[in-house]
Amino acid sequence: MPYIDPHIHMVSRTTDDYARMAEAGCIAVTEPAFWAGFDRSNPAGFFDYFRQLTDTEPKRAARYGIAHYCWLCINPKEAEDVGFAREVMGLIPEFLDRPNVLGIGEIGLNKNSRNELVILEEQIELARRHDRLILVHTPHLEDKLKGTRLIIDALRNAAVDPGRVLIDHVEEHTVAQVLDAGFWAGMTLYPDSKCTPQRAVDIIECYGRERIWINSAGDWGPSDPLAVPKCHVEMRRRGHGEDLTRRISLENPLAFLGQCPSFQPRI
Amino acid sequence: MAESTCPLSGQDVVERYFMEHRAKLLDIAAFLDRIDRAGPPPGHEDVRVRALRRAIPLLVDGAGDRTRRVLELFSDHSRDPIPTASTQAALGVDSGTAY
Repeated sequence: MPYIDPHIHMVSRTTDDYARMAEAGCIAVTEPAFWAGFDRSNPAGFFDYFRQLTDTEPKRAARYGIAHYCWLCINPKEAEDVGFAREVMGLIPEFLDRPNVLGIGEIGLNKNSRNELVILEEQIELARRHDRLILVHTPHLEDKLKGTRLIIDALRNAAVDPGRVLIDHVEEHTVAQVLDAGFWAGMTLYPDSKCTPQRAVDIIECYGRERIWINSAGDWGPSDPLAVPKCHVEMRRRGHGEDLTRRISLENPLAFLGQCPSFQPRI
Repeated sequence: MAESTCPLSGQDVVERYFMEHRAKLLDIAAFLDRIDRAGPPPGHEDVRVRALRRAIPLLVDGAGDRTRRVLELFSDHSRDPIPTASTQAALGVDSGTAY
């Protein structure tokens, strides 16, 4: 079945991963800008990173018939230094009109600090000013519950249309507040630190199939670029039909991402 | 939370998932045994292990919604942003909670 992995960091993956994902049915990926596992020493490092996201990766993906789209931002882990973050933000507008750019992301919070929040608010404003979709990273582990509340408050204060925002990495203690507020919700399938495929299917069974998707968030850490099709196996294992798989991994991503006119993967 | 739409019966769930969760329970038991064998840490027991011990009764209290409640037990429940981020990493449980 064709599917979309709407959050994966292909700059950290090998070309073999593109091949395996294509064999498993992946037709499109969207890649948010994120932390590279170390802090960049200079804002100019992001200029090359944005070139990689908007030029190199689409070509690499296309060799396997996968459409590559991306999101641009300064990630929250490198947002504590406000001056540094603002310099990176200054680079973004010149890339926004590249054909594979969907919007601003993954913005959000990491340790829920005041400076992270300042930069989050400024990036929400950047998205509003350019009428772009927003992809939100919620904090890890013990910081997620508080961070999700702060993020939703910031989005509400900015009067952003919740239908144009996806809040990612939801788990059982945050999914309801995200969906109830009208936002889209993403579940990340990680072996240890976020949702397992089993828990993701539990959440779908309990909270429904509206405004929700799954992603692998495959990166340089413990993660699996085939986590999405493996979650489809879990759905089938429980007796769910292909309608559920199509809804979560094709129709829902198409509905949310399709709000950006340049998102036109070949199905 | 809506009513679950899982197509499986309760017995189906047990048949499909028992063995893997039996193994996960044994992993937790072995982890706690390993800590015991390594000897008591200086001072208080690590906050992560204290939180883990506090979470285990939630699994058998019969109140349901266990995953959400365990995640909430491990979470920071404060409301205001912290002044500065002195680390980028998360611990897994809230170090400010008296577990």
